Amino acid sequence: MSTASPNATYAAHCAKGELAYQVDTSTGAAVFYPRVIAPGTGAPLEWRVSAGLGTVYATTVVHTRGEPPHNVVLIDMDEGFRLMSRVEEIDPMAVQIGMRVRVRMHPATEAQPAYPVFTVEAGA
Amino acid sequence: MSGLTRGSVAVVGAAESDLGQVAPGTTPVDLMAQATRRALDDCGLKLSDIDGVFTNASQLRMPTLSLCEYLGIAPRYQDGTGIGGSSFMTHVQHAMLAIEHGLCEVALVAYGSTQRTVSRAAASPREFNPYESPYKPFLPASAYALAASRHMHQFGTTREHLAEVAVAARQWALMNPVAWEKEPLSIEQVLGARMVSYPLTVRDCCLVTDGGGAIILTSAARARTLRQKPAFVLGVGEHLSHMSISSMPDLTVTGAARSGAIAYAMAGLSAKDVNTAQVYDAFTINTILFLEDLGFCPKGEGGRFIAGGGIAPGGVLPVNTSGGGLSYCHPGMYGLLVLIEAIRQVRGDAGARQVQGCDVALAHGNGGVLSSQVTVLFGSEATV
Repeated sequence: MSTASPNATYAAHCAKGELAYQVDTSTGAAVFYPRVIAPGTGAPLEWRVSAGLGTVYATTVVHTRGEPPHNVVLIDMDEGFRLMSRVEEIDPMAVQIGMRVRVRMHPATEAQPAYPVFTVEAGA
Repeated sequence: MSGLTRGSVAVVGAAESDLGQVAPGTTPVDLMAQATRRALDDCGLKLSDIDGVFTNASQLRMPTLSLCEYLGIAPRYQDGTGIGGSSFMTHVQHAMLAIEHGLCEVALVAYGSTQRTVSRAAASPREFNPYESPYKPFLPASAYALAASRHMHQFGTTREHLAEVAVAARQWALMNPVAWEKEPLSIEQVLGARMVSYPLTVRDCCLVTDGGGAIILTSAARARTLRQKPAFVLGVGEHLSHMSISSMPDLTVTGAARSGAIAYAMAGLSAKDVNTAQVYDAFTINTILFLEDLGFCPKGEGGRFIAGGGIAPGGVLPVNTSGGGLSYCHPGMYGLLVLIEAIRQVRGDAGARQVQGCDVALAHGNGGVLSSQVTVLFGSEATV
């Protein structure tokens, strides 16, 4: 593509510590994952940066042989989009649906660009 | 609504291939061909009668080409639609459409997998998803676990409810001579089994087996000239809602609510008319979700519906009478075997596990991570 791909734009935001999402310019609806056109309408999309607060929608703890268990969650962001992630700095079994969480970026490595993870929001 | 005519087409032949752990070196197409031979013998048709071929398999890049070459046939019509484990329910719909419109007269739907022999990772490698893969979900199990967590949170469903689904499936499997599992199972054993993706233990997850099957469909008129009692297709409905679990709109409501409504409307039936339900139980939460979404109990009541042996032998509704993907056989995409059990029940062919007076059987397919939902209603001669 002549312009940056949706994923490259998203990754560039992550590299700056920002969780980016898109909005459908015809309806204002939040869209995630990043796309070229809006789902359902085909309308153009505009980028936004999330304020970073969300709520745990669903949670599981994955048990992989030979590794400590880790959580995988779906987070509903306050702006109205959902993404998969994990909640860090907490026993994976203590993650609860309804918990308020705040995004931070997991640092990039050579193999994996920066990606959003969450911690429990203090005082929530 | 569907554009198809209730009862215009029937399944006339149905058979499993070898199941479980097949002979070394066996290929997925070997299993499709073996099941095809058995399904032809079941109905008395010849290989050369087949002029429509429908198949899909994760181990084959171009499955209809592989199967047609192997069988040495050049059908007038073919369709390799792949939407996961429910592909074969959609093949029934497409075969019905093709037969009604004269594109073919005798349709073969076939499946085969050697995923136990070659490993699940080799049989169906996962696609990389930049928005999910970094979190290392164990897919598909973790997706179903997320759905289970939400159902438990919203409706008070418990791990014991999930375990009851596995226990009921095991009780049915003990009545099926070709089921993989041969020993009884208790709720405590399910709860105490190795955790895979909380709240699902390995006993909440389907088997990983080899296996396959084939069914043969033709017009209702021709079906009545053949040796088996026809299993008429009364209704079919399909709904696709997402590909990845993070894009599923509501984890407690599946596309089965839509696919079931379409199939019931076409058939002129409702859940209360169904004598047995065969629903794709890749994980224990599936059975609960599908019984709700297909109208057998209100949303959120699935756990309580199955509690106390509700879907076990002697319960209020016979569900997954083969033993299901949990205890009978799960060769990667299990939908064709779901169809075969429903067909056998309508034919009165299900042996010790036969549901008495079974005139209407529901077969519900699931694909991906609750992604594709396809419902087929089969009826006996009395229903058409």
